[in-house]
Amino acid sequence: MESWTEFVIARYNYWIVIVLMMIGLYTVFARGNLVKKIVGLNIFQTSVFIFYITIGKVAGGTAPIYIGDELYHGDGHGDGHGDEPHGAAADHGADAGASLHAKIENDLGANDLKAAANDLTLDEGVIAGEGGHDAASLHTAPDDAAKIANEQLIDAGKSASQGFDIAADAAHGAVEAAAYHSEVIYTNPLPHVLILTAIVVGVAGTAVGLALAVRIREAYGTIEEDELEAMDNVAEFGAAAEATGTRG
Amino acid sequence: MNFAAQLPVLPVIIPLVLAPFAMLMPNGRAPHAWATFVSWLTFAACAFLLAAVNDAGVISYQLGDWAPPLGIEYRVDLANALVLFLVSGIAAVVFPFAYASVRLEIDERQSSFFYCALLICLTGLLGVTITGDAFNVFVFLEISSLSAYALIAMGARRDRRALTAAFNYLIMGTIGATFFVIGVGLLYQATGTLNMADLHDRLLGQSNRVVDAGFAFIVVGIGLKLAMFPMHLWLPGAYTYAPSAVSAFLAATATKVAVYVLIRFIDTVFGFQFEFLGAAFTWVFLPLGLAGMFIASLVAVFQDDIKRMLAYSSVGQIGYMLLGISFGTVEGLSASLVHMFNHALMKGALFMAVACVVLRAGSHSIQAFAGLSKRMPYTTWAFIISGLSLVGVPLTVGFVSKWYLLQASFAAGFWYAGFLIVASSLIAVLYIGRIVELMLLREPAEEGPYAIPAKDAPLSMLIPMWFLVAMNVYFGLNTELTGGIANRAAEALMVMAGAGAP
Amino acid sequence: MISPSIALAAAVGAPLLGCLGIWLSDKSPNLREGVTLITATVLMILSITVFLAVGNGETPQILVFEVIAGLPLAFRAEPLGAMFGVIASGLWFINSLYSIGYMRGHDEQHQTRFYMSFAVAISAAMGVAYASNLFTLFIFYEVLTLSTFPLVTHYGDDKARNGGRIYLGVLMATSIGLLLPAIVWTYAIAETTEFAAGGILSQHVDAAGPLVGVLLGLYAFGIGKAALMPVHPWLPNAMVAPTPVSAFLHAVAVVKAGVFSILKVAVYVFGVDLLRDTGAGVPFMWIAAGSILLASLIAMNQDNLKARLAYSTVSQLSYVTLGAMLATSMGVMGGATQIAAHALGKMTLFMCAGAVYVAHHKTLVSELNGLGRVMPWTFGAFFLGAMSIIGLPPMGGSWPKFFLMLGAADAGEIAIIAVLMISSILNVIYLLSIPVRAFYMEPAINGAKAQGARGKGIEWGNLKEAPLLCVLPPMLTAAGAFILFFCADPLFNYLAPLIAEAG
Repeated sequence: MESWTEFVIARYNYWIVIVLMMIGLYTVFARGNLVKKIVGLNIFQTSVFIFYITIGKVAGGTAPIYIGDELYHGDGHGDGHGDEPHGAAADHGADAGASLHAKIENDLGANDLKAAANDLTLDEGVIAGEGGHDAASLHTAPDDAAKIANEQLIDAGKSASQGFDIAADAAHGAVEAAAYHSEVIYTNPLPHVLILTAIVVGVAGTAVGLALAVRIREAYGTIEEDELEAMDNVAEFGAAAEATGTRG
Repeated sequence: MNFAAQLPVLPVIIPLVLAPFAMLMPNGRAPHAWATFVSWLTFAACAFLLAAVNDAGVISYQLGDWAPPLGIEYRVDLANALVLFLVSGIAAVVFPFAYASVRLEIDERQSSFFYCALLICLTGLLGVTITGDAFNVFVFLEISSLSAYALIAMGARRDRRALTAAFNYLIMGTIGATFFVIGVGLLYQATGTLNMADLHDRLLGQSNRVVDAGFAFIVVGIGLKLAMFPMHLWLPGAYTYAPSAVSAFLAATATKVAVYVLIRFIDTVFGFQFEFLGAAFTWVFLPLGLAGMFIASLVAVFQDDIKRMLAYSSVGQIGYMLLGISFGTVEGLSASLVHMFNHALMKGALFMAVACVVLRAGSHSIQAFAGLSKRMPYTTWAFIISGLSLVGVPLTVGFVSKWYLLQASFAAGFWYAGFLIVASSLIAVLYIGRIVELMLLREPAEEGPYAIPAKDAPLSMLIPMWFLVAMNVYFGLNTELTGGIANRAAEALMVMAGAGAP
Repeated sequence: MISPSIALAAAVGAPLLGCLGIWLSDKSPNLREGVTLITATVLMILSITVFLAVGNGETPQILVFEVIAGLPLAFRAEPLGAMFGVIASGLWFINSLYSIGYMRGHDEQHQTRFYMSFAVAISAAMGVAYASNLFTLFIFYEVLTLSTFPLVTHYGDDKARNGGRIYLGVLMATSIGLLLPAIVWTYAIAETTEFAAGGILSQHVDAAGPLVGVLLGLYAFGIGKAALMPVHPWLPNAMVAPTPVSAFLHAVAVVKAGVFSILKVAVYVFGVDLLRDTGAGVPFMWIAAGSILLASLIAMNQDNLKARLAYSTVSQLSYVTLGAMLATSMGVMGGATQIAAHALGKMTLFMCAGAVYVAHHKTLVSELNGLGRVMPWTFGAFFLGAMSIIGLPPMGGSWPKFFLMLGAADAGEIAIIAVLMISSILNVIYLLSIPVRAFYMEPAINGAKAQGARGKGIEWGNLKEAPLLCVLPPMLTAAGAFILFFCADPLFNYLAPLIAEAG
């Protein structure tokens, strides 16, 4: 059993995410200044970006940029692809530096977060299936890859659907390939891509938010929420307040 | 490349590609005409799509020929074909309606931007509906939301509170969307896929805290977007101060699409094998739906601003949809779908009637409605008929909704829910009755800020509005399209969800 | 002659067409009233066609279209509905004559709206009469509520607004809050809402459960138009309407649609046997009995003539509910004949009240002293109508009371017989006192003064009747009530299938 401190430290990335998330949300709700709210929102979103990126990280993996020249085609591909889903699935416990092979042989139960609910076989099934349908494409990938050399890795997924039935085999192959301690292990690129999109969305949201803040300042002369509210109240009840003299 | 094969992508591509042209046009009539034209094209595409799905069953479209689950898939079944049809249909009615109202309420110099944003908002809503990819939902959700923030803020010309309303909506909406992304991230972590159908397969039998947390984040995230009580606080402000045409459009579509996303995630992605779902039904959707029905409707009774009243009423009506979902039965789900469709028709028509009043009276305060029948009879009767529809009077769509919901609640054994449904629709009698009485039985103000010239809205507004009112009656009599399709859609969804074991 | 089946649908459609015609002839009052009368004539012919066809043992039916799968909008005539149809359409004709006299004599505003709403209301009443299932019945029931709202609030002043608010509030709350769930519940149990002989619930319900009682309660109070206490307040409040509305809608079409629905539900949804076996009707029988007595007592204290008549109506309507809840064939027959007899009698009374108002602007009972001397025809008709309501021979109203007593005896409810007798005595007190006042008591001084402008006091021989069109109709209905007394046997035979089906 791992100790309490190990439990905390092994998941340091999540702690960072959670702390950032809370700081961000707190800022959004607690600050009255509209710009500060936007800043809080950005911190909040950033925590999510980090979360996505960390789940894409494969132990020992490099940036997902194709370096085909140094490698035997098929295996090199296979490693990269075979790894990524595994990384995604089993990253929780991520004792850094362990090889894929070792990880599978190791007791996955040590990974509390997952083991709490997943039994080992299921976990393996997921990994195998996952590895399978990506790696499956890798068997056909060399043909494709020969034609479209130096494409991004993910491109090979185009033909992925063909390979479901041989998924298990392929997964096996992938895992074996990994066991040979191949030189290149790629980090899962998909979360990066997703988060690039999310960043764009986030920037757009920030832009709209700031633009609104500017317009609000033009219209009201302030960007402090309590003052805005007070002015809106006057706008709503102002006439009545003047008529009866009971309301400010 | 033939037309039919590319059909599923057209509802998104048409408005997306054609929207920027509106921005390039000179301000004034041209962008409006363009937007109307585009909305009609889009509607035609959606109508064809609905017909195709109705005949041929589920259509899967692979974007850029990338096979799912890695590529993005557009997956159209009856449920989202119906929602697509609804959203594009509402757009095709509201866009032509908008001209006179927008000219009054929005700075002339912004009109080209306005129609561009409106089209992009439409794109986003359609995209959310059509896509079969969980992350893609987020992207389109934000496309529609960002343009909606801008559209609402444009109401600032008449009332600067539109700006603060839009800002609040932005904060809440962004938090909601981000929660949704966190949830999708957790699901990805557990499965390694983002395709909805694929997610479903891989989630089968998985029941662990990662998936549970993902579910919770997604529900809260979408809950914020669909104004699930008590996460509705952004909605009344946003609908009240938005330009009237925008209120009509958003009220009829935005929350409906969010409800659809919720249904899609519950039934397609998670399914009834997911153990957490039963608890969520019992402890989240059912009580929150009921609370929304009563509390929001009661709040609506005490509003002195008609748009705000209708906005609260929307929150209450969303409660009905959640209630239908929470039964976890085919009947309940089809009742939700039917009500989603029908509520869009009635709320659209009601907000359009308010837009007509704003055009003439310059106000959406309740006082502007006094004696309206003597000043704007056609608008008054449009409001009355769609109001009766909201109450659930026979021969209107509202009655069909109520019937389906009641039937579902009795069939599911939630007989008390049945009585709560009718009890809360009696609250609707109160808030609609109040306005109707005011319009019919009071004398109009002769002078002062609420005096209205005895002149009805222009035909460009009356015709679309009455078209929608006529639809309120037509679909109240002919439920072939709504009830029939919703029923089959619900059955298909439930089969996918693994019904029978909720 | 058109086929009875088509006539069913046409009877619902014709007034709607008439409504359109009235709208188009807005500018010319004579043309407009012509359209109303032609429509009324056509409607009467249609309903008589249906009536005769049913009498010949036919069952005309027509499916208009299916609204929701399994829930068609459909019409089918059976004896009770055919009878109600004839009464409603026949009295509409008479009432149209009366309306013309009243509205013109009184120089009312918004007459076009008035006639249009009236036409829609009668269309809805026909729809209720001929509905072949609960679903159709509910649709027209609601249309009837809404279409009469503009009539109730006709004057548009504060009083009308308050009255209208209560009217709509009570009727909508009961129909949406109780009746609609009851219907959906029935549908959920029986998977149909089609009226069937012997009841659709009888095969589906465990007779021992409390379900029958609960469901029956939902119907009894959900059908607010039957004015079973305590859901009656809408009826007295509806009296703010012009008198023709009170006379026709709130003595005939609307309230009779309510009790008609109660009878239909009792006979064709539950089935008399089921009610009798479960005893579910007993509590509601007592509520109806209480309603009869209480409403009569309240009526005695009403000085406003129309309010007194309204409470009398509440009381008389409960006779029908009582008949249905007795769950015996004679009880049902009593309820059914009461629909016909009370319609004629009460309409007479209301039209007389309206005539008095048109001629002398009197609304209080205490102001009527001696008026019979100048309005002998009106008060003569009133006297006959009152006799019929009380149930004295030789008026038609005596038969329902007789059947009801028989039914109560069959059911072994002796106390109910006592209730019926006490009620009749109360009726004598509060109804007959009115013509007695008018004929025998000396006119009040200020009353004579008011007439002084014309140089003639309220004296015998100084006839000052309302316009002919206001006086003739009540005399016609009073005569009808008289004739009904001698038609008891044909009517009984005509309605016999109702109780034959009931077993």
